[in-house]
Amino acid sequence: VYVRRTQFTIFFRIQNHCLKTKSKMATKSTGDIEKTKSIEMKKKLNVLIVDDDPLNLKIHERIIKTIGGISQMAKNGEEAVIIHRDGRASFDLILMDKEMPERDGVSTTKKLREMKVTSMIVGVTSLADREEERRAFMEAGLNHCLAKPLTKEKILPLINHLMDA
Amino acid sequence: MLGLGVDRLQADINRLLTSLFHQGVLDEQFLQLQQLQDDTSPTFVYDVINIYFDESEKLLRNLRLLLVDREFSDYKKIGLHLNQLVGSSSSIGARRVRNVCVAFRSASELNNRPGCLRGLEVVEHEYHYLKNMMHELFQLEQQRLLAAGVRYPM
Repeated sequence: VYVRRTQFTIFFRIQNHCLKTKSKMATKSTGDIEKTKSIEMKKKLNVLIVDDDPLNLKIHERIIKTIGGISQMAKNGEEAVIIHRDGRASFDLILMDKEMPERDGVSTTKKLREMKVTSMIVGVTSLADREEERRAFMEAGLNHCLAKPLTKEKILPLINHLMDA
Repeated sequence: MLGLGVDRLQADINRLLTSLFHQGVLDEQFLQLQQLQDDTSPTFVYDVINIYFDESEKLLRNLRLLLVDREFSDYKKIGLHLNQLVGSSSSIGARRVRNVCVAFRSASELNNRPGCLRGLEVVEHEYHYLKNMMHELFQLEQQRLLAAGVRYPM
């Protein structure tokens, strides 16, 4: 019997921007013996995109997806605050536009910091913004500030820094 | 024959894009958008450009409504609309539209109504030129995909 073999080579692109969350250390003590069990959980980069511009929402969502993250969107600062109100929201990164109706980026950032939100908040400013406006935005509680248009190249170093931390 | 059709259409697409870059109509930000498109999001550029058209036309309409009013004096509002247009044009790589919006904005900062009216006409002209070119590009792309036997909802 003649058997024909076919060889397949399959290439997988692995998205490696998965964050290790804190290790959970469960310690069980039985007399003199101490057993330690560590559970490492891996999850995708979780991003909140806060912007009133549907064009920016679309582009920023796509950028996050192509670097292996998942995103949720808020159309203005007030929505972003509401998302965090019950204390259960947990984002690794918040991309915060500056000019928005209802509640702008400066006010939203201040409010989120008052609510003890510890996510990395990156402000996204336009070239029209003056230096003093950018400074006020940073002082509201941003970790970083980036100028539009946002690109993968601009955001990746910040995400790598987040992962290293 | 099928392959030649696809190749010819691809060459037409490349020629059109090269021309648009050479004229300064588009800049490298458009390439960034193209790089974000792949098989998981095959109509990404088309979707983004259509959002840009929808939003821009609203802004241009508002600008015209503001400026045709003889009693008009709200230059701050003009500035806000133009900031949005500058931002969105930058986001898609529409360099010439962005640049003429910046010039228009300078006129609005000087409360110069005739300058603003001129600026608006120039922006509308550049915007419509860009829109026509993008439609041509998307038509060629659609024909290329059909020739290659690929179907995406557009």
